[in-house]
Amino acid sequence: MAKKIFSKDNSSYFLVIIAYILVELLLKTGSLSSLMRGLLVPLCVYVILAVSLNITVGILGELSLGHAGFMCVGAFAGAFMSRYIGDSLPQGAVFLIALLTGAIVASVFGIIIGIPVLRLKGDYLAIVTLAFGEIIKNIMNILYVGKDANGLHISLNSASSLGLDPESGDIIINGAMGITGTPKSSTFTIGIILVLLTLFVTLNLIHSRTGRAIMAIRDNRIAAESIGINITKYKLLAFTVSAAFAGIAGVLYAHNLNTLTALPKNFGYNMSIMILVFVVLGGMGNIRGSIIAAVVLTLLPELLRGLNEYRMLIYSIVLIAVMIFSWSPTAKNFREKYLGFLKFGKKREVS
Amino acid sequence: MALLEVTGLGISFGGLRAVDDFNVIIKKGQLYGLIGPNGAGKTTIFNLLTGVYKPTDGFIVLDGENITGKKTTDISKAGVARTFQNIRLFSDLTVLDNVKAGLHNEYKYSTLTGIFRMPSYFRTEKEMNEKAMELLKVFDLEKETDYKASNLPYGKQRKLEIARALATNPKLLLLDEPAAGMNPNETAELMETIRFVRDKFDMTILLIEHDMKLVAGICEKLTVLNFGQVLAQGDTSKVLKDPKVISAYLGE
Amino acid sequence: MSLVSYLFNGLSLGAVYAIIALGYTMVYGIAKMLNFAHGDVIMVGTYIAFTAISTMGMSPAAGIIISIIGCTVIGVLIEAIAYRPLLNVSKLAVLITAIGVSYFLQNVALLIFGSDTKSFTSVVSFRGISLAGGKLNISGETIVTIAVCIVIMLVLTIFIKYTKPGKAMLAVSEDPGAASLMGINTNGTIALTFAIGSALAAVAGVLLCSSYPALTPYTGSMPGIKAFVAAVFGGIGSIPGAFVGGLLLGVIEILSKAYISSQMADAIVFAVLIVVLLVKPTGLLGKDIQEKV
Repeated sequence: MAKKIFSKDNSSYFLVIIAYILVELLLKTGSLSSLMRGLLVPLCVYVILAVSLNITVGILGELSLGHAGFMCVGAFAGAFMSRYIGDSLPQGAVFLIALLTGAIVASVFGIIIGIPVLRLKGDYLAIVTLAFGEIIKNIMNILYVGKDANGLHISLNSASSLGLDPESGDIIINGAMGITGTPKSSTFTIGIILVLLTLFVTLNLIHSRTGRAIMAIRDNRIAAESIGINITKYKLLAFTVSAAFAGIAGVLYAHNLNTLTALPKNFGYNMSIMILVFVVLGGMGNIRGSIIAAVVLTLLPELLRGLNEYRMLIYSIVLIAVMIFSWSPTAKNFREKYLGFLKFGKKREVS
Repeated sequence: MALLEVTGLGISFGGLRAVDDFNVIIKKGQLYGLIGPNGAGKTTIFNLLTGVYKPTDGFIVLDGENITGKKTTDISKAGVARTFQNIRLFSDLTVLDNVKAGLHNEYKYSTLTGIFRMPSYFRTEKEMNEKAMELLKVFDLEKETDYKASNLPYGKQRKLEIARALATNPKLLLLDEPAAGMNPNETAELMETIRFVRDKFDMTILLIEHDMKLVAGICEKLTVLNFGQVLAQGDTSKVLKDPKVISAYLGE
Repeated sequence: MSLVSYLFNGLSLGAVYAIIALGYTMVYGIAKMLNFAHGDVIMVGTYIAFTAISTMGMSPAAGIIISIIGCTVIGVLIEAIAYRPLLNVSKLAVLITAIGVSYFLQNVALLIFGSDTKSFTSVVSFRGISLAGGKLNISGETIVTIAVCIVIMLVLTIFIKYTKPGKAMLAVSEDPGAASLMGINTNGTIALTFAIGSALAAVAGVLLCSSYPALTPYTGSMPGIKAFVAAVFGGIGSIPGAFVGGLLLGVIEILSKAYISSQMADAIVFAVLIVVLLVKPTGLLGKDIQEKV
């Protein structure tokens, strides 16, 4: 078993590396449309989000609908840091610090939110994480932060109430207008490195003592308690690691944009739900599945672009059809009978 | 010397007195049986002993340490392990990982050591594998290590649950109807295994059972519970002849 | 006086949330699924009423009836096609399918009606009342919405308590397996629940857009989520809970908009939900079920 799992893990790394080489080749030969090139960094962002959400949903077995909230916190923290440091350090160093900041701030939020939330069960946990995500997005829309010679100024009202020194003042976070002028440091190569880092941490975590404890809680909380596993500690740990990587995805996302704003589209519950769709379609607890689902489902609407206004309609029909085809008992029998060669992700229920 | 000493243990759910004035002394290495009709409060006593319920009255002392009202996790660390009437395995983990999860507090390394695969990760994992295999061999499960726990046949699931409980290196092992759903052959085999565990690990075992043959065959002492109260207590052979016990079991 | 008029606005909005939340909570109670497409059924119902009344020139009453019939049919179809094959398989799978249905409804509306905002004409002809010498004006929409909500709540309670199909609903929500052994048609009962929930969604949509006339393919999303919050707030699965949760949520939202910050109103609503759930993890009127060991 140990060997088999190992090879499955390796296949996740191979998959990413092969995809990277392929894309680099296509880039070199110039056969990638500008539209596809624009999608490369977002693809990495979505893969990191899907893999990290799988830690909470697939490995810990708790339904979270607030993953975009952690991404939002990370994005703003990272972009803020980049703007705050500015040109005083080389770009690479600034980006590294931004990534660390995003990860740390997102994990702090993970702990703050996780402590109260993880006491709740099932659908209640889902709705509260959704609520937290919406609150974070909302606050980002009224947060104003600026710096001048006197240091940092924070306000929840307006840019003018920051009272910045007109000479040296610089508004970094401008309420609903967000953060502008973040260096565009995110590249496909950096994105892939971060994807590999996420995979490394996630897969190694799963196959360690900690991962076993987390999965034991998922499979049977009462039995896990009876063998002396500290439920709160490991739930919080999984939730926090998941949040930290959502933060990293946020930083990557923010440094791919000229202007970072918190909109319902990018950080609202719809985004959280979209990431959840990746995880469920890829298979709960199946990390490789998350990667494939995130890539396929992000590319699908783009591939359907020729169909113009019908593309999202088709996307939704495909989503429903895939769910019914891969989960319903009737379809399962049919599949086992006639399509045994197709392999589907591991199915697991969230408690 | 008494390993487990329970005095005046009681719990009420609303107005219902589920367990009342329960006393027991179990000596180290003893095989002790807890029997009684359905609803007599046997599993409730297990839940009290393991901290799933907090007792309303009484004391539980394990090997000189007062564990009354402690959390389940801490009671496990203090040395009480159990199995469940309705089997509770980690169904999506492998058989091996179920036992390794049981070793959680016996073999430790930090989360970061695990993520970055430091040398102690490999060393400790190897030790855990060896220890887990040793336990699985006792229960004749060494060929099924890679199976998902939920794919094991019923009898083997019960055995795996005992193996997992033993992995926590307990002082006291609580078995909740270990022979439930087993055929006579399997039950006989299980009796041998329980005896073997007691001898090999020098274990103290308290078991709930309905199978009188198993109880009479391996338990040295018995407590009979009826309506949450102790009906009879003492040496197995004497207790089973007690007219009160016979009438509680067979009716008037 | 402004406080009183804000309170009425809040109750009116809350009444709409309550009607939507009733649909949520009944479906959750019986199928144990989060029907994320419920909000979009509201939007569809409102478009149907809009087409009937504004485009085809029917009377408001006829428009509402057509909208209710339309939504009922759509609700039952959604359940039969998209949810039923998965209901007993996996909660999470149904959740994702519901999200697919939500996208589907939004995009169908987008294709038919376009993305521009339609202005919905209020179906309420009653002018409203003026109290305290004109200082306090309560609009007809407010009064009608609150009244409709109370009537629906009462009718539903009586339906569930005293009629056979209502009792069947209770039985199925308690234990579907046992209910079907008792000869209750569980699939039929679940379909009936979706039918009622969707009919309520049509009513809610028409009332919502009578007070807030902007109609787009995304009109249903946020009220849907808020009503879901209201249902959880009151204790999901509980009918009085949905009523109380809806009204409270509406009042909190309007008062926050008026006195604290219009941008933060949603955040405050969600924050109140979090606080309530942390104090009472199953909502205000929810039942607490302990796992048996």
